Amino acid sequence: MLSKRIIPCLDVKDGRTVKGVNFVDLRDAGDPVELAWNYSRQGADELVFLDITATVERRKTMVELVKAVARQINIPFTIGGGINEIADADALLNAGADKISINSAAVRNPALIDELAKAFGVQFVVIAVDTRRIDDKNIVHLNGGRLPTERQTLEWIKEAESRGAGEILLTSMDHDGTKNGFDNGLLKTVNDAVHIPVIASGGAGAVQHFVDVFEKTNVDAALAASVFHYGEILIPDLKAVLKSNNIEVRI
Amino acid sequence: MTGIILYGAGNIFSLTAALERLGIPYGFINSQADFDKFDRYIIPGVGHAGAAMDKLEKTGLVPVIKALKKPTLGICVGMQLLTSYSEEGDSNLLNIFPIKTLRFQDSAEYKVPHTGWNQVYPEKDNPLFKNIPSGSHFYFVHSYFIEYDKAYTLLSANYSIEFSASIWHDNFYGVQFHPEKSGVYGETLLTNFSKL
Repeated sequence: MLSKRIIPCLDVKDGRTVKGVNFVDLRDAGDPVELAWNYSRQGADELVFLDITATVERRKTMVELVKAVARQINIPFTIGGGINEIADADALLNAGADKISINSAAVRNPALIDELAKAFGVQFVVIAVDTRRIDDKNIVHLNGGRLPTERQTLEWIKEAESRGAGEILLTSMDHDGTKNGFDNGLLKTVNDAVHIPVIASGGAGAVQHFVDVFEKTNVDAALAASVFHYGEILIPDLKAVLKSNNIEVRI
Repeated sequence: MTGIILYGAGNIFSLTAALERLGIPYGFINSQADFDKFDRYIIPGVGHAGAAMDKLEKTGLVPVIKALKKPTLGICVGMQLLTSYSEEGDSNLLNIFPIKTLRFQDSAEYKVPHTGWNQVYPEKDNPLFKNIPSGSHFYFVHSYFIEYDKAYTLLSANYSIEFSASIWHDNFYGVQFHPEKSGVYGETLLTNFSKL
């Protein structure tokens, strides 16, 4: 059977991990490659790197990062952050990235999704959506949840699917950082409405939250950052609990 | 030494990185004259099967590939090229295996692309899967699958229907999953192939 995936997310700036990481046996907690290797050894199914480098050199530093990861890591990974055009995606694909994640650039220019899917295949194109509730509506936000758009979340996700998105990475900005659990209501609505894989993000604080998101929404994967980085949840323990709840995982 | 057949279809950085990690020597094949330098061959491939076949035909290497007698492994779309036909682009392919590549029927329960780690089960005994337990997980990402066939299916997997996760006929092998992204067992498979 196809397993539910557990995905640690790493924020990277200028080639270094930025959020605090608290693994006991890391020699260099800022080295994304060493951290990624550690996660792959723990049983992570996939990794997401979010590059927040803001310099003109950004494409070069992203390509170097992707190459360094692809050289060392034997599980798939996605890279996102500031990918605006086909040439960005092409450079990352040739450096060994399995998927790219597009957020703001797709909202600003939805035809980019069609172009990327046609050039590289739908399996390469992850659409990341940051959503926040405003007046009982789920609204797509840009700039890390700070900038509301005109788009309603479900309608945008369905458009992205029809244009050639191969996967949706849905982050609830209302839940992100709360550690109170995933936004299971919205995730179920979205997951039931599309026929492409959905990754849940935002709100993971305890092992039970992962059990809940898979049981209540049937999403394909769950992503988290700080609970893994600070060692609050260890992936082997998490997978053991999921398995004991009859959720299919790779152990 | 392993020769990777280059025909312009997709990224091979991760594959060559995996071979380097494993200490498996490799080189590249660009023309007919290159084939004699190698003991075995890999046909990589990602993206659109029809487009990949067009690119392969433009290299002029199709007759050489069909006549190969040394171990040859197609990966993902590289495996699909070995079949007779793909629904992707309504394309005629190499026809080394007289079976077809079809599209998964998508649904809310069985999403397409089939993305993630799925279990595979040997249907035959073969050294390619030495030291890999039945039911091991491999990483898949594909919308088209090769139909199950009793004569050619080496490994089966299930995603709404039973399909070929791997095929085998004489010296030709194919795997639908990505061994270079499939953790320790994927690396074991690449090592096994390097010893065939």
